[in-house]
Amino acid sequence: MKPHSHTISLPVTEQDRRVAGYAALAIGLSLAEAALPSPIPGVKPGLANIVVLWALLQHGWRTAAWVALIRVFAGSLLLGTFLGPGFWLSLCGSLASLLGLFIAVRLPRSLFGPVSHSLIAAGFHISGQLALAAFWLMPGSAVLGLAPLFAAAALVFGTTNGLVVARLVAPLTRAGAQSAHA
Amino acid sequence: MSTWVKPGDWALLGLFGVLVCALALHAWWSPAGDHVIVRAGGKVFAEISLARDGLIQIPGPLGQTSVEVARHRVRIAHDPGPRQLCVKQGWLSRAGQAALCLPNQVSVEITGATRIYDSLNY
Repeated sequence: MKPHSHTISLPVTEQDRRVAGYAALAIGLSLAEAALPSPIPGVKPGLANIVVLWALLQHGWRTAAWVALIRVFAGSLLLGTFLGPGFWLSLCGSLASLLGLFIAVRLPRSLFGPVSHSLIAAGFHISGQLALAAFWLMPGSAVLGLAPLFAAAALVFGTTNGLVVARLVAPLTRAGAQSAHA
Repeated sequence: MSTWVKPGDWALLGLFGVLVCALALHAWWSPAGDHVIVRAGGKVFAEISLARDGLIQIPGPLGQTSVEVARHRVRIAHDPGPRQLCVKQGWLSRAGQAALCLPNQVSVEITGATRIYDSLNY
């Protein structure tokens, strides 16, 4: 057997470490959330989105997209739903909400804060999931009749998560403003 | 709080709220019916389509009750009852809606392609 004459090294960048850290946090929140009982299947607070929003506001859309998608894949592997209907719903919702966030980060920051980002993400998320459920997973079923329920949940949890993120970034923006004035 | 929530956030929040209400109204305001079941004395007298306009007379203990179908709606056009409650209900078009003329023992009830409670049982 030939000894390894040269090794292939993959340099780990600061960005990689950052994404990994956020993704781990998001996966942890997803798992914790999966343990919570829900009165209606599919209605969840989406706590992992707090991490995604934080990543978005601190490091930009690319980082947020990495975190969100790693969360979907790794989370479903850990929960045993990989490639099942729940996984596709989760992936579709995540892709849709990333599309929403892609638009949302381009809104003027002076008018739109984390609550807006969160609401847009939640709205896109639920739209993507409902579209998938209505047209592919359960075509012809009454699933669209539940749309108001899901939309109301998106409103409530979107606002809550947005407020949490607003609370988290508030000291940072204040510090930033102060250092700008100094 | 005011530093967390910006003016655009409030606007979006309001817009989202309106959207939820509109969705709820649209989805749960029962769907348009397509047939009407006419009962007289507790028995089904006729089942008529809302697609075909017309006027039918139903005999009851007090006299004739007229049921009119026009433009996918139905109403009790005339009833011999003393209080005219079913006549005053006017046009009905949604599945699940009904008008009862108790004195003359006549009722109309709209049925749809999907029963309304389906969405709740789902």
